[in-house]
Amino acid sequence: MTTTAPVLELRGVTKTYRVKQGLFGTPRPLTAVNDVSLTVPRGEVLGLVGESGCGKSTLAKILLGLENPTSGQVLVDGQEIGAQDRMTLARRIQPIFQDPYSSLNPRKSIFDIVSLPLRVHGIGDAASWDKEVRKILDIVGLPARVMNTFPSQMSGGQRQRVAIARALIMKPEIVICDEPTSALDVSVQSQILNLLGDLRREFGLTYLFISHDLAVVEHLATRVAVMYLGRIVEEAEVGGLFDHARHPYTQALLKSVLTPEPGLGVPDTQLGMAYPNPIDPPSGCHFHPRCPRATDFCKKEAPRALPTPLGHVECHLHDPQSPMFIGKEG
Amino acid sequence: MTMTDTPDPLLKDIIGPTPSQMLRKRVFGHQGLLIGASVVGLLLLVAIFAPLLAPHDPYAQSLMTRMQPPVFLGGDWNHPLGTDHLGRDYLSRLIYGARVSLMIGVIAALISGVIGTAMGVAAGYFGGRVDMVVTFLINVRLAMPVVLVALAVVAILGGSLQVVIMVLGLLLWDRFAVVMRASTLQVRGREYVAAARAIGASTPRVILSEIMPNIANNLIVVVTLEMAHAILLEAALSFLGLGVQPPTPSWGLMVSEGKNMMLFEPWMVLIPGAVLFVLVLAINLMGDGLRDVTAPENRS
Repeated sequence: MTTTAPVLELRGVTKTYRVKQGLFGTPRPLTAVNDVSLTVPRGEVLGLVGESGCGKSTLAKILLGLENPTSGQVLVDGQEIGAQDRMTLARRIQPIFQDPYSSLNPRKSIFDIVSLPLRVHGIGDAASWDKEVRKILDIVGLPARVMNTFPSQMSGGQRQRVAIARALIMKPEIVICDEPTSALDVSVQSQILNLLGDLRREFGLTYLFISHDLAVVEHLATRVAVMYLGRIVEEAEVGGLFDHARHPYTQALLKSVLTPEPGLGVPDTQLGMAYPNPIDPPSGCHFHPRCPRATDFCKKEAPRALPTPLGHVECHLHDPQSPMFIGKEG
Repeated sequence: MTMTDTPDPLLKDIIGPTPSQMLRKRVFGHQGLLIGASVVGLLLLVAIFAPLLAPHDPYAQSLMTRMQPPVFLGGDWNHPLGTDHLGRDYLSRLIYGARVSLMIGVIAALISGVIGTAMGVAAGYFGGRVDMVVTFLINVRLAMPVVLVALAVVAILGGSLQVVIMVLGLLLWDRFAVVMRASTLQVRGREYVAAARAIGASTPRVILSEIMPNIANNLIVVVTLEMAHAILLEAALSFLGLGVQPPTPSWGLMVSEGKNMMLFEPWMVLIPGAVLFVLVLAINLMGDGLRDVTAPENRS
């Protein structure tokens, strides 16, 4: 493990929403993020993987200060974010959103969009804004003449570069990438991923990279956390996870990665039934209705978080105290 | 594909027109909008330059030349649209009446627009309790018949231009609130709003500079429709004798004053009625056109 201090640390973060059921129904709790603990060392890329609705984006909103966690702590550089005001937090953490068609205000010029952080924080004056915007546009690979154009005149990849420029203009320490490539063409995806990788090296950025695409995560991440129904079910170093997935859910996700071989068709994930409704999570281990190796024990007992050589896993198969223990392995 | 020699495909020219260019193109391709806007613009100019255009003093009575017919019914060119029952020049009164109608339309729509937009945007942006209160107020307002409330207030406070403008301004905000609330709800969820908040932008800044520019097109449409609404209500109130008081020239009042003679001199009612009809039609054409031009399905 790295010895550098974690720049981002989550301790038991939980977010519960109250969901109204009809006009007279009593509100029921929906736990979107359930007791998540993660540490991200400086300069690393943590890939956060999971299906739609597993709480990835809620976690991103909490980190950006757009939502408050119901319980638990988020620490940036060892300081809790609840204790910092939004302006300080905004200088440290910036987002890159999924859909570049929705994340840029269609009524604003590219200059207005990219310079907004400087204007909000009152850094510099009109002349220096112009200089900074030119500089950052050059860094993300856009010509300076796009400053006076509007988002509707640009392609998806160009827009995403604008979004990256806006996120980086204040030199944040952490960038939350919420599926930054999923709305883009495959050919453009790799350009954006390479750009993100280059920028990380150049500026020493730390990424929390949220994605449902394991291939994208493998390309960029140094560590991977797999999320299922609000919980981190497995966390490991990227190589270890891809070579040696422990949790059955991770194994299923890895099988679901499309191979370029023609004729193979869509891979069978063996996950069978649909994703459960998070308002009624299954008993015991949340994953048991879809797990190919589930037993009655899994329906009753929730698994503990077990340390693995480079992370942790939540599964009875790896718990020496459970009757399902499959024995020590690599 | 002439740019094949460019090493990076992202460096190829940024193509396509700016949003303002696209809007201009759509505006000049929409006939209803052009006709409506030019009629409204013409009447606006007439109202502004009324003292220069009116051939006579609209208040000058001349009992010797009462109820002279307009030119097309055998009158003379001294009074192109004839004179009313007190011998006042009908054309001059129509021209000055445009001031009253347009002033009431514009100011009442502005007052109700400010009230309704503030309420609707607050409800849509903050949600929760604020939304509950605003929705309740909208429902209360919708349960009140505008004309009856206006009649009651005018009957108590007395009819005058200021009272009519205030009453209409304070009563016609419901559509603004409903439309602005729905538009804000729609825009609030966009990621650029989340991005602005994550940047640290204050709530007023998010509302004024991220949300408002994206819902302004809906606001403009409602403004035009409510202007027409206010103008018609003023005419109705004046016709009932509870709006603008004589001798101020107002189109509704002119219809009212002419109605006694309707069977003998129908043009006394028809002329102000027709002008009122043309103005309201033009404003509605303009509103419909603006909606077409700025509608989401027209946006590329």
